[in-house]
This record gives sequence, structure tokens and C-alpha cells, in this order.
Amino acid sequence: MPSFTLAVNGEAKTVEVRDPDEPLLYVLRDRLSLTGAKFGCGLGQCGACTVIVDDEAVRSCRMPVSKSAGKKITTIEGLGTPDKPHPLQVAFVTEQAAQCGYCVTGMVMTGAAALARKPNLTREEAQQALAGNLCRCGTHQRILHAMLRAAGKATA
Amino acid sequence: MIAALSRREFLQAGGALVIGFTLSAPGFAQRAARAESKLGKTLDTGEVDGFIAVNGDGSVTIYSGKVDLGQGLRIAIPQMAAEELGIGVEQIAMVEGDTALTPDQGATAGSSGIIRGGVQIRQAAATARETLIGLAAARTGKPAAEFDTVDGEVRPKSGGTGIRFGDLVGDKRFGVRVDPKAKLRDPASYRVVGQPLARPDIPGKVNGRHVFVHDFKIEGMLHGRIVRPPSVGAKLNAVDETSIKSIPDARVVRINDFLGVVAPNEWDAVSAARMLKAQWSESAPLLGADAVLAWMRTGPFDGDETLVKKGDARQALAAAKKVNAEFYWPMQSHGSMGPSCAVADVRDGNATVWSASQATHRFRETIAKALALPKDAVRVVYLDGSGCYGMNGHDDAAADAVLLSRAVGRPVRVQWSREDEHGWDPKAPPQLLSLEGAVGDDGKIAAWRTEMWIPKATASLPNMPLLALDAAGIAQTPGITTGLISQNGDPPYAVPHQEVLVHWLKSSPLRPSNFRAPGKVANLFAVESFTDMLAVAARRDPVEFRLQGLSDPRGIEVIRRTAALIGWQPRPSPAPNFGSGRGFAYVHYKHNESYVAMAMEVDVDKASGAIRVRRVACAHDCGLIINPATLKAQIEGNILQTLSRTLFEQVAFDRSRVTSIDWASYPILRFPDAPEIQIDLVNRPTEPPLGAGEASATPVPAALANAVYDAVGARVTTVPFTRDRVRAAIA
Ligand code: FES
Ligand code: FES
Repeated sequence: MPSFTLAVNGEAKTVEVRDPDEPLLYVLRDRLSLTGAKFGCGLGQCGACTVIVDDEAVRSCRMPVSKSAGKKITTIEGLGTPDKPHPLQVAFVTEQAAQCGYCVTGMVMTGAAALARKPNLTREEAQQALAGNLCRCGTHQRILHAMLRAAGKATA
Repeated sequence: MIAALSRREFLQAGGALVIGFTLSAPGFAQRAARAESKLGKTLDTGEVDGFIAVNGDGSVTIYSGKVDLGQGLRIAIPQMAAEELGIGVEQIAMVEGDTALTPDQGATAGSSGIIRGGVQIRQAAATARETLIGLAAARTGKPAAEFDTVDGEVRPKSGGTGIRFGDLVGDKRFGVRVDPKAKLRDPASYRVVGQPLARPDIPGKVNGRHVFVHDFKIEGMLHGRIVRPPSVGAKLNAVDETSIKSIPDARVVRINDFLGVVAPNEWDAVSAARMLKAQWSESAPLLGADAVLAWMRTGPFDGDETLVKKGDARQALAAAKKVNAEFYWPMQSHGSMGPSCAVADVRDGNATVWSASQATHRFRETIAKALALPKDAVRVVYLDGSGCYGMNGHDDAAADAVLLSRAVGRPVRVQWSREDEHGWDPKAPPQLLSLEGAVGDDGKIAAWRTEMWIPKATASLPNMPLLALDAAGIAQTPGITTGLISQNGDPPYAVPHQEVLVHWLKSSPLRPSNFRAPGKVANLFAVESFTDMLAVAARRDPVEFRLQGLSDPRGIEVIRRTAALIGWQPRPSPAPNFGSGRGFAYVHYKHNESYVAMAMEVDVDKASGAIRVRRVACAHDCGLIINPATLKAQIEGNILQTLSRTLFEQVAFDRSRVTSIDWASYPILRFPDAPEIQIDLVNRPTEPPLGAGEASATPVPAALANAVYDAVGARVTTVPFTRDRVRAAIA
């Protein structure tokens, strides 16, 4: 069985897989018990599975494990911890930016990558940054407010 | 404003989910042990012990049959209980939807979480308080009237030291019936109810540690996937098990036409389901989306029913200058972000199911019957799912898991694919409405008729028929479920002659179920669009036109507040400047629940037909507010989700299958489409609390349609408001 060594949240993890095309999402959730990234579509259409790979927000459901080796992978579990949350996570909690919360880890990962590129983004820029992330509960307004809060902007 | 990080507590042993507020690890361990030790407690809704336990350390556990689906009951119900008990909300943990631990309070549906679930627990808490005071009085030899409960103690009102709850009944039963007359606290004295307290589950959902049913694992669990037929109703003729032999650990489960695979590794299960070669019969039992409208007019029907009759609308209309319109709402999918998922462990004559079910007690009966097990041998435990907004695929996925687990004798987790969810979740039924009305010389509505064509729900259907049981040939009660879809077909305004007539269709084109504010979203789309059409006929401002027909002060107040919030200037529609407009709509939900008014501003691009919603304003009165923060979240969610349904959504299907099976073929609202929302909450502390999970969804489509009309002088009466439809209406 092919084996791959992944750098996940600063730790080296070696996994043996039957299929080198197994998506990173399944490796994270099923083999490494990092269930923060969610399965939403497996089609690259919703963003629920987003992780950060070498500073880019990436859809882990479309990234084969074979292409993930040798890259720096950060999942929501590595972005922040309950004791030391990322500033965007603090902003999400302050704005209570979750209803069911299923989309939220993907939002945070996409949003964190966008804020790393542009720390003081505007509402429109936040809307564009998250345009590929879907939320069915209609939490958009709160998520945008959390983004703006993390960008140092006052919210309504 | 927001409390410090709170924690989620999860019980691996029994699988019950306990949400607590404290940060201390010892607290977690104790409480975890406690929940399991409560197995065998009463589930009687008439007993205080059914709902409330005081632990030895004085903290409290609430057992709630209503579950938190993302709407915030996990904080709101403890707030209601904390207020009556006289204890801080951080001292309360809540167990939800576990058939072994929580009383049957009915499904978490129809905005009933607070109205029925919370109110029931509040009464139990008020009874518990009286009991605690009684015990303290007996112990001290002083009259009960001299005591109150504060901060987890029974204290003399005159001051001095109190007796801790834990010292009075810690780890013991109350042993009293819920007293319907137990006195509730005076709303003027509320300290917890009405506060915008933070939800305990949000930190875990934001840091990725919260355990959704999708994330739940137990020892020895296999991953299962269902292989669906290529068309609805197809029969399985043959399966070639050798087609998956390249995946050594995967195995096939077949029960009649029910076909699935299991494997220890999740990706192996996914791959095996894709690789498995199966031969299915041809099947084309569906109408096809294009034929739905014609079918709705021609039936077959299951009779007509007059729901409202005041005066003689037909005669009044015969003589009048009539306004007519027809409105159509297509089938829509719940579109949950996470496809449905469940874990089942069926072994040795017992079954445990971890599910996002809205009705664990009801579902337990369904599973017990399907497995031919006694009810007591089945336990259904609620775990958070992806938001469902009505019956999505969660019960189906649980039945899938149950059948696979029984077949292989191991716990099995079934995760639906995106195609499973979009293709096979039960759909909101289609609705057709035809309205006619007239305004009198006085500028008021003189007569109104609504006719609706909608599927008729099967009376007392125990459970929506489930895909797995159907395919496996396991008997279940046939029928359809839709929710109460005929309500709010009549105007809330004074109209001397009015009639609502329903033509009940015998079936629905795809398996239906209830979807948030069932039927009322479409009915209000018609009723409130039509109200604006009559206002246009009367050359009146839409807000003034509504107010002149209204005498209920709560309705009048939300209308006035909404108009103020958006800066409404009275004038008739359409707007003087082509391309920008504003619209208004109002609802008194079910004519006896919440009051909501909504206004929005839109821009419509004439060339493309694109609608941009700029701003939405909403005033909302649901009586006593328990938690204004979670209430606002519900209203925002209702507005954005229903904008999505109105602008973008309809299920596509042909004679054999649903063809809108992903987010490209079934688009929903995205961030760039999200308008600014302003909300004004009307709190009425002395009124009963009403539901808020649905009401504010219902004025959205008409407010939007009215704003589009205002902008371009053309009316859109068919959902979704696609660019083509808007262009065609303008042309
Ligand atoms: S699950 Fe990866 S984009 Fe939807
Ligand atoms: S919060 Fe439920 S899908 Fe976004």
C-alpha cells in the first residue's frame, strides 16, 4: 500500500492508503480523527471541507492525498485551540456567527486565509472571499460581521 | 456581552450529548457519569423528575425532548428553567432528545420548541421551585412564604443564609407531579429570561471540536454507503459482487432492492459504492417537472374543502371590477449543507441509533416496528446534524444505517452523498394559488377569494415512509406528510366577503415532507402580493392600505416599526424611477402566533433581469422574548434562506429521477447576494412566548415581489424569480 507523510498542524503524520487518489478530507476525518473539516458535497462546490495548504484555502474533498504530501496543512484544529483561538474564531464567537454551525469551520478557514492576505478587508471583499462557501442556515450577515470584526472594523 | 468560552461535553459511553457551561474538567466528568446513572429515570411529562434533576453539587440537569437544531434552544430552554428555579444558567446542563433519558415532548417542528417544549419545562421548574421552598420551610419550621430561590439556594426573603438546592434534593427525586398552577415569576423581576446570552455550543462549532452526528464514532464501527437505483422505483435485478473485489475489506449488503456496501475505511466504502455493478429495471413513474402545473389543475383529487367563508365572496365579486392573479411555488429541497448521516448499532436484540432526528421518540417506534423489536429495546439518541429546516434525509439515513448494521452485526455509520441528499431527500410540495378580489369605492378590500391546489397529507401517518424500508420490502404505513400547508390563505385584513377553497390533490410529484413554515411561505407570497395588487388598483400606498384594514394593535405596531426602520415614504406603486423599488409584506402567523412585518429595497437590472436586494427591515413580535440574540439569528436565517428559495430554487426532475443533484444545478444564495438586514424586536413580557423559527420566513417572497413590481411596474408570480422570468415580466 502506498504511504504518504503529511505535515498536519505542525506534526508529521504517515498514512497508508489503498488509493492514492483518496481525498485529503477522508484522510483527515477518518484516519487522523480531525473532524473539524466537514463533508458537504465532495464536489468542490460548498467549502465545508476547507483547510489551509501552504497559505491557500483549499477544498480538501478535491485534493488527493498523494498531492498533499510535502505541503504544510493546517486544519481548524490547528488554526486555534479552545484556549488559544485564532482572532477570527474569537470574532465568530463574539458575533455568535453560527446557527447549525456545519458550514462554520469552512468559513473560518476560508476567512482566515483571506484575512492573512488582506488584514483590513471591506464588507464587499469579505463577500467575495466567501463567495464559494455556502451556508444554508442564512448566517451570512453574522459571518460577515465576524470577518469585519477580525479586520478591525466596527460592525452594526 | 458574550460569556467566556464554554464547553461541549460528550459522553462516549452512552452517547448522550450533554451541553454544559462550566470550564472545569472535573465538572464534565461528574456530569458525564451522572447522565448515565440517570438511565431508568422517569420519562413522564407529568413528573418534575421527567425534566429536572438536582445533582449532589447543586447543579441542575434539564432533560429536554425538544432538540437544538441550530435555533438556540440549548440556551433558551435553560434560561427559562434558570429563571424559575433561581439558579445561574451556567449551573445547568441540558440533555436533548435521548429516548432513554428525555420525555417525549413531540417533534421539534412547527416553531414549537419554546411555545410547547420550553413552556412545559418552565412549569416543571416552577413546580420544582415550590417544592424546594417547601422542603426548606419544613426544615426550618418557617412559613414557605418567607422564602425565595436565588443563586441555587432557598433563601429567606428577609436575608440571611440559605440552604443549597443540593442539600435539599441533591441526587434525589423530587417525586412530585408538575403543578400546572405553580406560580411563575413576575416578568418584571426577570434576570435571565430576555438576556442575549451566548449559546454554549458555538465555541465548539467554531473551533472544530463540536461532535456532529457526522463526526461520531464508536468502537468497531463500519462505514456504510447506499447504492441508489438509477431511477425512482427501479427494481434490483442483479448485483455483481466481484466488481468490488479490488477493495478487500468492503462487503455488499442486499435486502431485496435495498443495496449498500460497508467497509472499515470510509473512502473504501465510497469507492466500493461507486464501483459496484448492479442491474436495475427501467422505471419512469414520475410526472417530470414540466407536467406538474397541468397535473395540479387536473388531479386526481381527494375532494375540495372550504376553509374560510365570511359573507358571500362569489356574489360580491360577480358584480365588481375584479383583480385576478395566479401564483405558483415549485418543489424545493431542504438543501442541508451536510448530507444526512446516522450511526446505528443493531445487535443482540437491541438497537441504538445516533441521529439528528427531530423526533427521537416517534422515530424509535418506527425503528422498533421495522426491526420487529420491542420499543424498549430501541434507543434513539439525538446528535446535532446539519441544519434541516424540516424533514430532510436524516430519518432516511438512520434507517439505512439500521438495516446495514443489522445485516453485518456491527455498528454502521451511513453518510449520504450530495447526490443522495439533493436527489432523495423528501421535497417541499408544489403549490398553486388563484386569487381574485376587488376594492370598493371606499378604497378598502370589498371581497376576496383564494383557491389553492395542494397535496393532502395523510391523516395520522406515524412516520414519513422511509426509502430504506421501502427498498427492503419492510412494511410501513403508506401516505404523505406535508405539514399544515393550507394556513394563512386568507388575508389578515378586514374583508366583509371572503372565501378560501382548497382542492386537495391525492399525492405529490415527489415524496413530500414539511419544509420550514410549511405551505405558509407560498400562501403568504400569494396573499401579500395580491394585497399589493389591490393597493395598486385602489391607487393607495401599500402600508396605508394594509393599516386601514387592520385593528390588531400588535399587527399595527410591527407594520409601523418596519416602515420607520426602512424610512418608508407613502406613495402608490410603482416607483417614479424605473429600476429601484421597495416592497412591504405583513403576516400574523397562522392568525394566532407571531406578528411580522418586512420591507425591502431592491434594484432590478432591466437588461439582464437580475434582482439585487439591497436592504431588508423587519419588525417582529413573538410575545415574551427569551433570548434576543438567538431570536435575531433565527429571523436573519429565515430572511436569507427564504430570499434564496424565492430567487433561485426549484427541484428539476424528469420521468425517472431528480436531476438537480448538486449545488450547480440547485443554486442557493451566496455571500455577494446577502443584503444588510435590520431587525426591530418587540418584546411583550406579559404575553406568552411564541415561535420564531418560521414566521419571519413567510413575508419574504411577497416583500420581494412587491419591491420588484415597485421597481419595474411588472409582477412576478412564479418562483424562483429567475432573470428570464423577470425579463419576461418587464417586456
Ligand atoms: S465538501 Fe468540499 S467543497 Fe463541498
Ligand atoms: S450555519 Fe448552518 S449551514 Fe451555515
